Amino acid sequence: MNGNDTKLLIEPIVDNNPITLQILGICSALAVTTKLAPAITMSIALTVVIVGASVIISLIRHHMPSSIRIIIQMTIIASLVIVVDQVLQAFAYELSKQLSVFVGLIITNCIVLGRAEAFASKNPPWPSFLDALGHGLGYSVILITVAAIRELLGSGTLLGVQVLPLLEDGGWYEPNGLMLLAPGAFFIIGLMIWGIRTWRPQQVEKPEYRIHIVHRTEPG
Amino acid sequence: MEHYLSLLFKAVFVENLALAFFLGMCTFLAVSKRITTALGLGLAVIVVQTITVPVNAIIHQYLLQDGALAWLGLDELDLSFLGLITYIGVIAAMVQILEMTLDRYFPALYQALGIFLPLITVNCAILGGSLFMVERGYDIPESTVYGFGTGLGWALALVLLAGIREKLKYSDVPDGLQGLGITFITTGLMAMAFMSFSGISI
Amino acid sequence: MSVAVLEPLRAVFTLPNDDPRKTVAVALALCLACSVVVSTTAVTLRPLQERNAALELKREVVRVAGLDDPGVSLSQAFERIEPALVDLDTGELIDGEAAATYSYRDAAQDPAQSTALEQDPAGIRRRPNRMPVYLVREDDALETIVLPVYGQGLWSTMHGLLALAPDGRTAKGLTFYEQRETAGLGSEVASPKWLGQWSGKTVIGPDGAPVIEVVKGSVDPSAPDAGQKVDGLSGATLTSNGVENLMSFWLGEQGYGPFLARLVESHE
Repeated sequence: MNGNDTKLLIEPIVDNNPITLQILGICSALAVTTKLAPAITMSIALTVVIVGASVIISLIRHHMPSSIRIIIQMTIIASLVIVVDQVLQAFAYELSKQLSVFVGLIITNCIVLGRAEAFASKNPPWPSFLDALGHGLGYSVILITVAAIRELLGSGTLLGVQVLPLLEDGGWYEPNGLMLLAPGAFFIIGLMIWGIRTWRPQQVEKPEYRIHIVHRTEPG
Repeated sequence: MEHYLSLLFKAVFVENLALAFFLGMCTFLAVSKRITTALGLGLAVIVVQTITVPVNAIIHQYLLQDGALAWLGLDELDLSFLGLITYIGVIAAMVQILEMTLDRYFPALYQALGIFLPLITVNCAILGGSLFMVERGYDIPESTVYGFGTGLGWALALVLLAGIREKLKYSDVPDGLQGLGITFITTGLMAMAFMSFSGISI
Repeated sequence: MSVAVLEPLRAVFTLPNDDPRKTVAVALALCLACSVVVSTTAVTLRPLQERNAALELKREVVRVAGLDDPGVSLSQAFERIEPALVDLDTGELIDGEAAATYSYRDAAQDPAQSTALEQDPAGIRRRPNRMPVYLVREDDALETIVLPVYGQGLWSTMHGLLALAPDGRTAKGLTFYEQRETAGLGSEVASPKWLGQWSGKTVIGPDGAPVIEVVKGSVDPSAPDAGQKVDGLSGATLTSNGVENLMSFWLGEQGYGPFLARLVESHE
């Protein structure tokens, strides 16, 4: 793997993360992150779909008529999602029940179509594969971090195992219900963006408007 | 009539797709910088939603539902596993038609919506609307009202957020929170406010 | 396939991308490929999925009836359970093999097998005319009755099973195996801790009307009617109301009321 390949793979994980920097794929990020286990399954499912879709679209990129390109991409993505959904229902029934709606919503996850449209339809299969894998992993990192924070603070558990003993069971931790509600997810992602951008200041957005402080010396 | 009004109210406020179900967030956050752009996209979503939900209702009722093909003599056939791909196909087709129409007749609006028009296809709010319609078994007039209502509710939330963000740019926000970060937190606060609608029934 | 047949195909695919013939050809080829993949997966995996769903229902019935025992396999445990169908209007048991394959969800969609509801506290719109029930017998004596129940919560339709003692009035257990309520709040409706408190509660009063209530907050154990009340789910009033409403519907006149009344009569 040469340097360029590594860049394709690594860049979307931190420096150009699809969720925190490109604002893509947030719907599902909010919905499945109340518990860690569904978040991990969701990350795997999404990574499989995005890699599969990118490689297939990249392979047929020279034969895609531009007038129907979005329908073509959506059809490929939707077929992959249905296959993943059916496989989950057949082999991981419990998990698929927890995820039922959200697996379907991978179809409308902007990361998948975004990468297909912006990268895979213009590049050969191998870079498309790396780019898709990188974005899948970038999505997974954020999703799993948010889910870990929400499950830990919201229910005192991680992957269903009690980590913080709850007050009602004789422990000391009073679970924070806000973490389990969707506004909690917004706050966590907002604060994570703050953290990442303090660490990597080059990601900070330019304010559209600066407040100029005017020192007035004469009476007005 | 009363029934439809109540359904409309529920779809716009109580079960707001953006703020109660958190659907369509990507476009919601990305296109809420200016009220004018937000209005344009909101309008597009209302149009797409009002068309796709009833169309999908018809397809579900007469083609996909378990036993829906009885009129062909195929009453054992259950095609509901094709639901997802059919609904998204209808949505993608509608969006592409809308894109071509705008490009041809309203180039200014087409320029303004730019890359976000194709993204309506991946707007979870649109697919979510169709899936909720199927889950709740709305008939065709009901699904028309529901489609219009959910589109309107989503557009309303988008324009509201755009309004807040237009004011927000004059605030002194910490560097790391500038832009996306503060928008997430604002949306969280809006979502908390909209939670007070949950459970209201007329 | 001979080269002669492939030749026109190749010619189409060498056309420029914006040629309408190519557009149609690509669309057709894609539809064909995707439909083959999707249908093959759906058809080959369907038996596995149906087995999973059937197994899950069996497991839930066995669990709520209190028959789950680590030493006994699921199919052995299920052998003690007798599925039957009840005509809800008359309360009569209909025997026949139909019970094993009957789906109340399909029946509720079918106007010939269901009734539109005027009074609809559970929010289900149409009620199937017949419902499956599961009877557990010990040496011919009825031990447990398991009744499927469902109704609207805050966001979703909750599907559950209620186990009753042979007096038809006392709950032995409850489970919700399908719900999509608010994660962490309403979804506690499926937690063993909350469901556990149902065991031993009186759900139907002496006059045959449902009495069970889901209260806001906790039940005062010293109150005289504490036996007919369960704690509400904290932070999920609407899910709690949903449970109370679906109970009062399914245990009432429009639900299993006539069936349970008959059962109590024969039991006494």
